[in-house]
Amino acid sequence: MSFFGLDWTRKKEKEVERKIRANDREYNSSFKYATNAIQTSKYNIITFLPLNLFEQFQRIANAYFLFLLMLQVIPAISSLSWFTTVVPLVLVLCMTAAKDAIDDIHRHRSDRQVNNRKVNVLINGKLVSEKWMNVQVGDIIKLENNQFVTADLLLLSSSEPLNLVYIETAELDGETNLKVKQSLTLTGDMTDNLEALSAFNGEVCCEPPNNRLDRFTGTLTCGTQKHSLDNERILLRGCTIRNTDWCFGLVLFAGPETKLMQNCGKSTFKRTSIDRLMNVLVLFIFGLLALMCIILAVGNAIWEYKEGSKFTVFLPRDQNKAFSAFLTFWSYIIILNTVVPISLYVSMEVIRLGNSYYINWDRNMYHARSDTPAEARTTTLNEELGQIKYIFSDKTGTLTQNIMTFNKCSINGQCYGDVIDHYSGQRLEITEEMTPVDFSFNRLADSKFLFYDHSLLEAVKLESPEVHAFFRSLALCHTVMAEEKKEGDLVYQAQSPDEGALVTATRSFGFVFRSRSPETVTIEEMGIQRSYELLAILDFNNVRKRMSVIVRNPEGKLTLYCKGADTLIYERLDPSCSKLMEATTEHLNEFAGEGLRTLVLAYKDLDEEYFSEWKQHHHEASIALEDREEKLDKLYEEIEKDMLLIGATAVEDKLQDGVAQTIEQLTKAEIKIWVLTGDKQETAENIGYSCNLLREEMNKVFIVAANSPKEVRQELRDARLKMCPTTEQDKFLIPETILGNTPKVVEDEHANGDYGLVINGHSLAFALESSMELEFLRTASMCKSVICCRVTPLQKAQVVELVKKHKKAVTLAIGDGANDVSMIKAAHIGVGISGQEGMQAVLSSDFSFAQFRFLQRLLLVHGRWSYLRMCKFLRYFFYKNFTFTFVHFWYAFFCGFSAQTVYDEGFITLYNLVYTALPVLGLSLFDQDVNAGWSLEFPQLYVPGQLSMYFSKRAFMMCALHSCYSSLVIFFVPYVALYDTARSDGRDGVDYQSFALITQTCLTVTVFFQLSLDLSYWTVVNHLFVWGSLGMFFILTFTMYTDGLFRIHPPSFAFIGTARNCLNQSSVWLTVALTAVLCVLPVLAYRYLCSQISPTINDKVRYKVHQTKEPAPRPRRTKLIRRSTRRSGYAFSHAQGYGDLVTSRRFLWRPQPARSTGVTPTGRSPGFKPTGRSAGYSPAGREQNPKQKVEPTSLQMFRAVKDSSF
Amino acid sequence: MKKEEEGSERPDNTAFTQQRLPAWQPILSAGIVIPGFLLIGLAFIGIGIALFLTSQTIQVLERDYTGYEQTSPCFTCSSPSAKNCTCEITFSLDKIFTGPVFFYYGLTNYYQSFRKYGVSKDDNQLFGDTTYFKNPQDSCFPYQRDSNSRPIVPCGALPNSMFNDTFELFHEVNKTKKRVPLDGKGIAWWTDYNIKYRNPSFVNGSLANAFEGTEKPINWPTSAYELDPTDPNNNGFLNQDFLVWMRRAALPQFRKLYRRITEGDYAAGLPAGDYFLTIHYNYPVLNFDGRKMVVFSNVSWMGGKNDFLGIAYLVVGSLCVVMSVVMLIVYAKYKFKEDS
Repeated sequence: MSFFGLDWTRKKEKEVERKIRANDREYNSSFKYATNAIQTSKYNIITFLPLNLFEQFQRIANAYFLFLLMLQVIPAISSLSWFTTVVPLVLVLCMTAAKDAIDDIHRHRSDRQVNNRKVNVLINGKLVSEKWMNVQVGDIIKLENNQFVTADLLLLSSSEPLNLVYIETAELDGETNLKVKQSLTLTGDMTDNLEALSAFNGEVCCEPPNNRLDRFTGTLTCGTQKHSLDNERILLRGCTIRNTDWCFGLVLFAGPETKLMQNCGKSTFKRTSIDRLMNVLVLFIFGLLALMCIILAVGNAIWEYKEGSKFTVFLPRDQNKAFSAFLTFWSYIIILNTVVPISLYVSMEVIRLGNSYYINWDRNMYHARSDTPAEARTTTLNEELGQIKYIFSDKTGTLTQNIMTFNKCSINGQCYGDVIDHYSGQRLEITEEMTPVDFSFNRLADSKFLFYDHSLLEAVKLESPEVHAFFRSLALCHTVMAEEKKEGDLVYQAQSPDEGALVTATRSFGFVFRSRSPETVTIEEMGIQRSYELLAILDFNNVRKRMSVIVRNPEGKLTLYCKGADTLIYERLDPSCSKLMEATTEHLNEFAGEGLRTLVLAYKDLDEEYFSEWKQHHHEASIALEDREEKLDKLYEEIEKDMLLIGATAVEDKLQDGVAQTIEQLTKAEIKIWVLTGDKQETAENIGYSCNLLREEMNKVFIVAANSPKEVRQELRDARLKMCPTTEQDKFLIPETILGNTPKVVEDEHANGDYGLVINGHSLAFALESSMELEFLRTASMCKSVICCRVTPLQKAQVVELVKKHKKAVTLAIGDGANDVSMIKAAHIGVGISGQEGMQAVLSSDFSFAQFRFLQRLLLVHGRWSYLRMCKFLRYFFYKNFTFTFVHFWYAFFCGFSAQTVYDEGFITLYNLVYTALPVLGLSLFDQDVNAGWSLEFPQLYVPGQLSMYFSKRAFMMCALHSCYSSLVIFFVPYVALYDTARSDGRDGVDYQSFALITQTCLTVTVFFQLSLDLSYWTVVNHLFVWGSLGMFFILTFTMYTDGLFRIHPPSFAFIGTARNCLNQSSVWLTVALTAVLCVLPVLAYRYLCSQISPTINDKVRYKVHQTKEPAPRPRRTKLIRRSTRRSGYAFSHAQGYGDLVTSRRFLWRPQPARSTGVTPTGRSPGFKPTGRSAGYSPAGREQNPKQKVEPTSLQMFRAVKDSSF
Repeated sequence: MKKEEEGSERPDNTAFTQQRLPAWQPILSAGIVIPGFLLIGLAFIGIGIALFLTSQTIQVLERDYTGYEQTSPCFTCSSPSAKNCTCEITFSLDKIFTGPVFFYYGLTNYYQSFRKYGVSKDDNQLFGDTTYFKNPQDSCFPYQRDSNSRPIVPCGALPNSMFNDTFELFHEVNKTKKRVPLDGKGIAWWTDYNIKYRNPSFVNGSLANAFEGTEKPINWPTSAYELDPTDPNNNGFLNQDFLVWMRRAALPQFRKLYRRITEGDYAAGLPAGDYFLTIHYNYPVLNFDGRKMVVFSNVSWMGGKNDFLGIAYLVVGSLCVVMSVVMLIVYAKYKFKEDS
């Protein structure tokens, strides 16, 4: 709400090109580049007051009050003393300023900490330890391992071969995997020769500062040589040096001009739907205010004409009626200003802050294993959590743990992995108490791998040839890389976590994959080291859905090992194993039914002649210029046939704890859950079933997997017709006209049952086109749950935007990885899963916690309460202020429209600040209709929030009408009861001061009763606040009307004696009682009758809680029902291209960071895309906080491979 | 695992942070609401009856003496040209008007509640602060200074417009008029007389000297220190009539206490008989359609006569009882199903 819209940052001349000369501070300083000192703090001691005040007055509410204050200074208009406005305003300004000051002190502290970090700078041929803030553009600095990069640097040289530097970019983009940078050979040759480095006088000419992290253009001129510079040579501030002993860099951008700081721009400011509604309402209130003032001004003109003009004997005044009306208008603007109370905004902030703290404090959202509490990172969105209608969830790392475990297998028709009870023959549920298989015979076994079926190891030990073949095939057929730093300390780096799981399991069973070179794979088979010659990798791709290796064993025998999706491998099996296929199929179905990811293994012995011929073709094909892919595929197809079945594996994609139960709860709360995953359809579908998102009881799960827009549209239409045969084609848009903005809003349509929708990436791309998006939205929003597969980060955001734009619903996006950032930012509420991968998702989120299951508590408990509290607060706040203000309106008719206030000015000042502030704050910080346990027991309680039932325009109008009634009662009852009457001592009854005191007592007592009626949870604090405030009213009233204060300053305390002269009258108290009863009892009766005649879910639950008087039920753990039908799922979360990487010699010369961004794919695989998340295999007890320990990455393995081969 | 050591970030387990503070959670159940309404209803009816009956016992006698109609005895006095006019209205009582009797004057259509009228005085002046005698506050405009620029004390429209009709009440006893003693003491608030208003300190033993250099309000016939020639203590800002006037009315129709009848033969009340009220008619109200009246009234524990409160209590009380019956019917019909 920038009011003045002023931007007083000095316009700096725009930099077009940056010129830097190394080791030449004089030259560089001529350009006035920024130094490396950063300043995120906004104020210092001197500028704090003016700047902060200036900022605060940019808020429209504060500006409005300043305007009122100015009006009050004009004597002709001033109807109230200045202090009625100044006191609240100063209080509000002070509170905000205090908060800003504390924030800024924190920023100062962190700035100082960062600026005072030490780094070695090369000055006059010597390395000098300097503070970061003193580093300048053009300096050469030395960084050591695990140090933060000081500024944006041009990498000059490094300790590593080939002048490589490994960096972690977690702070920058959230990815924890290492990336590699390489310096130019020219500069790299200087190594750590300080003389050479100090003599280096290269000149860099590059782009001006910008915020693009993935791009850099520039040139380095060194003598006559000119080299182009790209992002590969640049180290950005915010990165950390890893696995590199030292490196030298030339500072290009420093401090505020670094890309990191350039990226710290304004984050989009999210507002809640209540905020938006409030904006509309405030406009309406201003309208109402203007209307009331106009009515009163006109009234004044009429009064002046009819009465006032004659009343001049005793009150001579200006006879210009129009001018008098004009002044009256402004006078009433001042008096009636309390309809837009300044304390409203402050109170709202306080309430949200308080409710945010509850989230931070909640032990039920604290994850002990990773020591991560929940965190409300944005403190202004709480009540929105109670209105969520759509949840968009990432899958990997959010629903699942991204941990794969080898769970079961089928070998030669024999199923392993289940624990069978010896007596009953029943399958037992695997629990922690069972004794896992003892792998101690194998010194290379992975200690974290657990397996409970002892029969498989026995089979291995008995040297069953099939079992050996099974494990041998798993040990050979993969693209995993191994690193063995010390003897026996094996670390695997797998591109696909499935493969990692399989190879690790194999290792434990005694078939240890030890190392690979481009031509060989070395494994240890039951303690015997054997080296297989790797002749070819028939790489994986999306169509083949399988991969094969061709190896020659030490004995010289050629074998092809293949693993892949069951459907595709079955087609290529030798007919001789049809019997085995049947048995295996049964097992596969069983595995799939349990939600496991399955793979089928097969092999084929090859004869030398055939192979050499094939190899020849293969070589021709791989260098072919045209149709290389197709030719290769054809060749693969040719050799992968007539294979023999070995068995099948089942890998469990472990769900996070409580995911299924959480999803069930959220579904009961009528929240629609859409899973947006980068995974493929089968995997996503499988997870959908295992986490209860898709259920067997659903009427149908639609699968949209079409290849043309037309088909997609048709499939969507068909699905919709199935769900709701009466659906109309076009009549689904309701026009929405708020502030002239008319986006099309898609109305909710109801399906005739429970449906699910799965849409693959291809179809989604079509569905998100503007011509079809509404079609897609209509169909999708009729389903209970939607799964979108193969979704890119951009599409994730598009889907969220689509729902946000065309549905009047509040959306929440939850995710953990950098690829979820776009959707987290797009949704109304973004939730980040903390403590796992990088920090990027958390950093851009509004709320963060460690486990998906905490979402139900966040929404159903905290969200619901926050919403309830905020709505109650607003309703009550408007009620009390409108009632307060409207009394002035009625009084205008009895004071000649002269802008005479009804109440004492002291009361006007204190009403919002003292008398009514705390009780309503207590209401909005402590109120709960039912406690947390019951909130979770009845997720249906969440529904009213989605429908905005507690506070809407209608509720606001009801508030206004209610206030109107109350104000009429509060004004006219004392009026009729007391006018023309005498007190019990015979003195005349209603002088102005007594009347003021009586009405303000009536008002205070009435709003007090109303609050008591609204408050459903009376804690000690509430009692204290409510009774304390009521007491405070009487105490302060008596105090302000005492002799002592009057003597200090007679004009300010002119009400002296009114309280004791007035409140000793029984008729006054009878009037107060009558007023309060007349105001409150109708509401009470209405509420009671409503709760009887048409009880809401809320009434019912509260009634039930009241009846049972039991403590809240413990949260139930719902067991997942095993599904009867079988589906085939296969696991191969593979990306194409790794085969090439493994066999290619190129990577040895020029290491390609496998998962870094901005690297062009090598080899023949244009489809190879880095997935952007660390897909490294993590065994079950994986380190939860990756920041603490740097896991070795593929890069190191590439190096290891290189070292061993040369 | 080593859970205890790890939990450095674990939030505190207090009833407050975990939102488990013990609380009283009332709900609107039939068992509370219906009897509640009934009780409130009955209580209100009880109070209402008491109020109504009390109100009935209070006697009020009201006479308009504006002289608007030609038949009115004060018609001649109401003309603006009349000066020092006196008129007399008569009334007779059938039975004793029990004492103590309070004698009020009333005005209608008179906007003492008008903001600018209300603020048109100088509190500091009235508190006896003589610095403000020389420089009255601007709020007193246009009665701040007279045409010779001399400061007016007390300044402002409110003091200037002080009611200045005076009354004498006679009781006809044995064909002779017997003057009814009117008690003008203690008609103002104690706090007004003792704290809020202060006369300036006497100068040379005289109040008049303290007012030196000031001008009397334009409408006043005498200066403030000469308001009551009979009682030197009833002068200046501490004149009871002045204090009553200065306590301005909230509504355009109001009464102000003029005198009490508490002395001598009339301490027990006004006996039945004929009475004559002599009015020294000074105060003009006709030009703004105002009315002047005199009111005699006695009071009870609940104050002066007021039927409204009694009737309102009766009505509200009855409504509550009716409501409780309605609720009972609704409760019987729509009783919560236990299984919901």
